[in-house]
Amino acid sequence: MASYLFIVLGAVLVNNVVFVRILGLCPFMGVSKKLETATGMGAATTFVLTMACGASYVIDSWLLIPNHLEYLRTLSFIVTIAAIVQLTELVIQKTSPVLHQVLGIYLPLITTNCAVLGVPLLNVGLKHNMVESMLFGFGSAVGFTLALILFAGIRERLEGADVPVYFRGTAIAMITTAIMSLAFMGFAGLDKYK
Amino acid sequence: MRPLFGFTGGVKPASHKTESNQGGIVVAPLPPVLTVPLRQNAGLASRPLVQAGDRVLKGQAIAGPGGSISVAIHAPTSGTVRGIETHPIPHPSGLLAPCVVIEADGEDRWIERTPVDPYALPVEELRTRLRDAGVVGLGGAAFPSFVKTQHGPTQRIETLILNGAECEPFITCDDLLMRTQAGQILDGAAVLAHIAGAQRIVVGIEDNKPEAVAAMTAAAQRAGLLVEVVAVPTRYPAGGEKQLIRVLTGIEVPFGKLPPDYGVQCFNVATAYATARALLHGEPMISRLVTVTGNVERPGNFEVRIGTPIADLLKLAEPKADTDRNLMGGPMMGFALPTLDAPVIKATNCILAGSKAMFPAPGPEMPCIRCGSCARACPMDLQPFEMYWFSRAKILGKAQEYHLFDCIECGCCTYVCPSRIPLVDYFRFAKSEIRAREKENEAADAARQRYEFRLEREEREKQEKAAKLAAKAAETKAKLAQAGDADDKKALIAAAVARAQEQKAEEKPGVE
Amino acid sequence: MLEALLVMALGSVILGGALGYASVKFRVEGDPLVEKIDAILPQTQCGQCGFPGCKPYAEAIAKGEADINCCPPGGEDGIHKLADLLGREFKPLSGEHGVEKPKSTAVIDENVCIGCTLCIQACPVDAIVGAAKQMHTVVASQCTGCELCLAPCPVNCIDMVPIPETIDNWKWKYPVFAVQKAA
Repeated sequence: MASYLFIVLGAVLVNNVVFVRILGLCPFMGVSKKLETATGMGAATTFVLTMACGASYVIDSWLLIPNHLEYLRTLSFIVTIAAIVQLTELVIQKTSPVLHQVLGIYLPLITTNCAVLGVPLLNVGLKHNMVESMLFGFGSAVGFTLALILFAGIRERLEGADVPVYFRGTAIAMITTAIMSLAFMGFAGLDKYK
Repeated sequence: MRPLFGFTGGVKPASHKTESNQGGIVVAPLPPVLTVPLRQNAGLASRPLVQAGDRVLKGQAIAGPGGSISVAIHAPTSGTVRGIETHPIPHPSGLLAPCVVIEADGEDRWIERTPVDPYALPVEELRTRLRDAGVVGLGGAAFPSFVKTQHGPTQRIETLILNGAECEPFITCDDLLMRTQAGQILDGAAVLAHIAGAQRIVVGIEDNKPEAVAAMTAAAQRAGLLVEVVAVPTRYPAGGEKQLIRVLTGIEVPFGKLPPDYGVQCFNVATAYATARALLHGEPMISRLVTVTGNVERPGNFEVRIGTPIADLLKLAEPKADTDRNLMGGPMMGFALPTLDAPVIKATNCILAGSKAMFPAPGPEMPCIRCGSCARACPMDLQPFEMYWFSRAKILGKAQEYHLFDCIECGCCTYVCPSRIPLVDYFRFAKSEIRAREKENEAADAARQRYEFRLEREEREKQEKAAKLAAKAAETKAKLAQAGDADDKKALIAAAVARAQEQKAEEKPGVE
Repeated sequence: MLEALLVMALGSVILGGALGYASVKFRVEGDPLVEKIDAILPQTQCGQCGFPGCKPYAEAIAKGEADINCCPPGGEDGIHKLADLLGREFKPLSGEHGVEKPKSTAVIDENVCIGCTLCIQACPVDAIVGAAKQMHTVVASQCTGCELCLAPCPVNCIDMVPIPETIDNWKWKYPVFAVQKAA
């Protein structure tokens, strides 16, 4: 049980996908202007990533490894992720059209969010079982959501700040990200207290 | 002794009360021309009842209520109406507004006054009389008092709170009124309590006015009324409606609720006095006490007719030579008068002359250092620094999320800010901007409705026209079908031509 | 090799089937986004954007056929709100559709008006009253300032008059303070 907790906590804080692994920066920068959209994007990514980790584990251990087709891993994972993303998009379009419009291009781009492909591949490398894979995927996605929401909160506030002209927009956002990344480095020792 | 409660925040500025509360009340002389603005109360402006050339008597209604939240306005003296002219009014904008201008005839002749026995009349009648006597809240907001005595079906008024706190520095008009007219104030309060259905009256007076507390207590004992006179600790803004209710009863009126939801209602002492004059003496609201103080030689309190030019009033107190600005209201909540041509109105409680020496210009505004002083000083438990952040950046929606509209603009945050940020100015800007946008949205909604209605109507007209044409076509077709072959058709045409000629022939004799 | 093809084909068939089912199950009817866009537009119905009214323009924005910076009466503020709603970048007002003007209402010079009713037909919100050969007048409170009545008037008797500032529509100004000169 404790190991599951460590997988989740480790993925959320210690090895945060955005701040520590530096994965998924495109949607992180793109969809963090408003808290509301950031939450929506986070929820969508969490759903996609958890599902993708489960599905990729099934494909990997039941189809690819028995048939010695490990070289198809990247290809088949991407296809699976693309299908799950499409499914999510359909659901969001039905349930929240505004969120759909706001997420815009970034929603189909979850497919190419390197975090979404990277985490299932990491799962394989870490030799996680089915439950561990999904927990790791979920934890990573929660970490991504956390980063997105924190950053969106800061950016909403940043909108009212007197930022020097040359730093406005993405420049100050990048600097903020870097500082937040430094802060997340502080979690690095957390898993040593086992 | 009633247990007292506190409110969070607040400040203790130097009170400067003694300058103006030493002398008695001076009756200001009758000016030759009085300018009475039609908009004096919160809510809708009043509707004029007189026109140029009309003779009016003192106390005669010159304007009637212009809506459900509006009161009447009366001639402050007898004379001739010069007309309804646009004239500067005491408003931070310095804009002109319609006013009834009356040339005084010097006789100062009253209209026939009809005092009533308020306990013999139905309550509804009393409310109408209050409205027609032009009684509004004299604490500053000038909200029609008769509206405040009503309450909704889910509300009740048990306790009537009489606000004599007068927390704002420099102002002493309520203090003087309580010292000299305590009996009348309590009579008025009893009438207001009767109208509102309240059983208890509690008077709250800041403890820096011991004479007023003594006078009110003595008057209460004399009258044998069940009135509690309570001295509350001196702390600005103890005279704010919600703050005083909190201090006296411990009730905190939350966002979106009104005092009657919690069984209380609050009136200013001067409002109670005006009620007594209106109902017990039949004298409508045509004058009020105004404190003139600050950078003047002879500060004091004056009984001034509504409509007296502020310049005339100021002269009575002899402003010093270096006076460079005049505020209406106190130093915390008042605003600089753009012009002294403006008249005294019902909401004018104080004219405060200022100079550079007296109110040195604050240093330049510096960046917010997020020290939180403003949040500690805010009597409404708001976070002014957050509201400031978003108001300044014009992110109005966010400012509203921080309950911008709960701000009472008391000025405590501006007073304590170490960076000398005029926070209240930003809040006023944001509030009026939001209100303007809401109005625009309403206008847009109305336009959308009208546009859609027009489209619908055009569509309907088109269809009706098409239906008419189709019906006509079907009719002729049916006739033709009945007629059958070509000969009959010719006969039909011939018949039609004959009919037309017949008609013409018939018309001709008529023409000749 | 054959196995690889089979595995990929199998995967594609299963996923394709799931997606096909979902697209039927979650079909979207209508477009509620249009309403939200329409709510931001100023409803002048002036047609300066090149569409015959605010609703059609809203539909065009929702479909991605029109840009968000074609509405002069909405001004920069309106563009900011649209950009916020749609998550797009703010763009300055495109000049080809006109410029932002102070809010005005149409006023008919009643001495010159010949009562031709052409302006009544042009007004999108029925804010002009009058009848044939009778004097017309504009109901100021309902005029949106769209200027559509100016062109049809054969005697040029309609003027756009900016709405004056009164006590009722006066706004507190943004606090401006003299910036201290750097020593």
